[in-house]
Amino acid sequence: MKDVAFGQYYPAESFVHKMDPRVKIVLSIAYIVAVFLVREFYFLGFAAAFLFILLTTLFARVPFLKVLKSIKAILFFVVFSSILQVLFNREGTVLAKWWVIEITNVGLLRAAHISLRIVLIVMGTALLTLTTTPVEIADGIESLLTPLKWVKFPVHAFALIMSIALRFIPTLMDETDRIINAQKARGADFESGNIFKRIKALIPILIPLLISSFRRADELGDAMDARCYSGAKGRTKYKKMRLTYRDFIGFLLTAGLIVGIVFLNGVLGVAV
Amino acid sequence: MSFIEIRDVKFRYPQTERDALDGVSLNIKKGEYVSVIGHNGSGKSTLARLMNGLLLPTKGEVVVDGFSTAEKQSLFEIRKRVGVVFQNPDNQLIASIVEDDIAFGPENLGVPRKEIGERIDFALKAVGMEEYRKSTPTRLSGGQKQRIAIAGVLAIRPEMLVLDESTAMLDPKGRKEVTSVVEKLNRENGMTVLTITHYMDEVCRADRVIVLSDGKIVMEGTPEEIFSREEELKKYELDVPVPTLIADKLRAGGMALGRIYDKERLGEKLCGSLRKI
Amino acid sequence: MRIVAENLSHIYSPKSKFAVAALKDVSLTVEEGEFFGIIGHTGSGKSTFVQHLNGLLKADKGTKTLRVGEFDLLDKKCDFKKLRSRVGMVFQYPEYQLFADTVAEDIAFALKNFRPECSAEEVARLVRDALETVGLDYAEVKDKSPFDLSGGQKRRVAIAGVIVARPEILVLDEPVAGLDPKGKREFFELLHKLHKSFVKTVIIISHDMDNVAEHCTRVAVFDGGRVISVAPPKELFCDADRLISLGLDVPVTGYLAAELSKNGVNIDTDFTVEDFTNKVLEKWRGREES
Repeated sequence: MKDVAFGQYYPAESFVHKMDPRVKIVLSIAYIVAVFLVREFYFLGFAAAFLFILLTTLFARVPFLKVLKSIKAILFFVVFSSILQVLFNREGTVLAKWWVIEITNVGLLRAAHISLRIVLIVMGTALLTLTTTPVEIADGIESLLTPLKWVKFPVHAFALIMSIALRFIPTLMDETDRIINAQKARGADFESGNIFKRIKALIPILIPLLISSFRRADELGDAMDARCYSGAKGRTKYKKMRLTYRDFIGFLLTAGLIVGIVFLNGVLGVAV
Repeated sequence: MSFIEIRDVKFRYPQTERDALDGVSLNIKKGEYVSVIGHNGSGKSTLARLMNGLLLPTKGEVVVDGFSTAEKQSLFEIRKRVGVVFQNPDNQLIASIVEDDIAFGPENLGVPRKEIGERIDFALKAVGMEEYRKSTPTRLSGGQKQRIAIAGVLAIRPEMLVLDESTAMLDPKGRKEVTSVVEKLNRENGMTVLTITHYMDEVCRADRVIVLSDGKIVMEGTPEEIFSREEELKKYELDVPVPTLIADKLRAGGMALGRIYDKERLGEKLCGSLRKI
Repeated sequence: MRIVAENLSHIYSPKSKFAVAALKDVSLTVEEGEFFGIIGHTGSGKSTFVQHLNGLLKADKGTKTLRVGEFDLLDKKCDFKKLRSRVGMVFQYPEYQLFADTVAEDIAFALKNFRPECSAEEVARLVRDALETVGLDYAEVKDKSPFDLSGGQKRRVAIAGVIVARPEILVLDEPVAGLDPKGKREFFELLHKLHKSFVKTVIIISHDMDNVAEHCTRVAVFDGGRVISVAPPKELFCDADRLISLGLDVPVTGYLAAELSKNGVNIDTDFTVEDFTNKVLEKWRGREES
């Protein structure tokens, strides 16, 4: 169970790993926007995005299989939304018809479009989490949110909460494992019975977990106090993020992708 | 002059009917190594939390290097001087990377970035964990985690280290790692140390042992003095270390052995007396 | 019930790059009636091994035999619930498993699961028995919230919650961690008391070699997922150097005996304090006289 909690970070010494996390977050968002920019049925834009993913994966020295695996989690969602599109789309030429269901060419194309869009977005975000540790992401978000300080948003506290949460995920997973085992040893059964029975069966896990989390929070608070924590005021930061030439290359590539997609939006679409 | 002065301190937790500490006075000198023992619920951990103002006395006063914990504005100064390491290493590490965790204290103090780096070097070296700088704490053993927790406290550059049952959750190897780090800090860096423990063998390294029972200091002395009073210890629900137990039984059987509390010395004595004859 | 494991293997997360062989070809037999110790440093596989004994972990394919009494744990049709009612397991810091509103309810949890047909009176009687066995007063604590008790009391309640099902085999993983000296002493008294009544076999994982030497009939040493020796303390602690090289402790008596034997004095002891001191005194008196 421990390994799940480590997210999907794939440790490697690569160009992409060494990029500034803030830049990676911003570029990921730009990439998502770019994928959304692809006009309906101008599939070449998706090809460009896919090429971008391939290139980045290569730069990141991450096995492409790892990126592909990220799709597994959303496969059901993709299939489900495709089926909905195919079954309920009424636009375009009817290709087949049973009872009240009509399959149209637009329905099929739209299903393909939506599926490709989701898959490409997930692959892009997977690349971010594969090459950036959760801590870096938290730091990056904190830094990006800094302007919000002016509207009194507690950026520092928010970031601290994120990083502590990340730190405690594996610990709490271990703890959950232990509690489940202890209750199973006392005959608890989590696998049989109807839904209500199963939910009720979770109480002997959730209560101890909750109590232990409170205890941990209490002790952690003491430990933070003991180490002179007193909020954001007067604090320095050990890790400083710095832009390098890599980040500019990243910028250029992503900008290239957006321009490319806009350009391809006018070229060779599938006419309906 | 004393580094810490605890003056007739009483402490009662809210919604309880009994004082957790009931008139405790204790002075600790710079560079001293003091151990506190006592049964569960004797007030040991309360004492640790009074040392750096995590808890404030209901009555009496705790003065650290001239600063009273009762004054809110001096808490920062006190916590810079007295570092506390707690029982569960998992619940005191705040970051997912070792160096980030150690940086937490100095960051809070507003130490410049370059110096934080130096302090991390120093702290990791002091606990012998240099090669784990970029590691994830969750992947370390209990003893290693606890050494990182100590490093996190050392990076604040305190003058005193309080260990509140910091070895209780460790295996024997982890316990040895932690106790030897603490001993070295005391011996080589002149760190003032207060340990709170259930393990009688850890107490043997102290200059002075304090026995707490029901919130009161009931015994005080060198380990030798304390462990020679077995009956009294029993009364306070404590044990003597196993070597002392063996030595006592042998002495009762007629062997001429002095008061002994560590196994190395008992070994020498036994070899001496059985070989000689 | 006799426990037989032959070539027991277990690999954690076999498909990931973190695959760890936690147990490799472990063969071990524990007879009914033993007070069996398991030692080994952290990560040696000892906890993984005991979690197989009530089916919390499943053995890998290569395993030849895993039987607990009449239960064949490799059989897909094995009734694990019934097995768990007869193999009680106390984990490290068992007080962290408490969850119910009242002490009595928490202790009754195992009964509700294992013997749903039990009448309310029968449940109350068994809960009372369990509480009294662990040294708590039924009338005083039964309606209290388990979270309002002291640390030591919580642990007793947690143990009562396991023994209430009257298991024949009781497995304990570091049960005295965090207890004060008196708590430890009382805990071992409780274990012996149980061992004399319905608990036929005790299996205890411990880091404290003095306790192992004092209480166990036989001891298995785990290292790197294998069992590297099974012997009574009397034999095991003879070779102090080997245990130390494995990163383990030896009991104080073992240390002293090793020191003496380096000086040509051999003490033939079972390494309990009582026996060791008697043997030393015998030797000493013998020399005095001659």
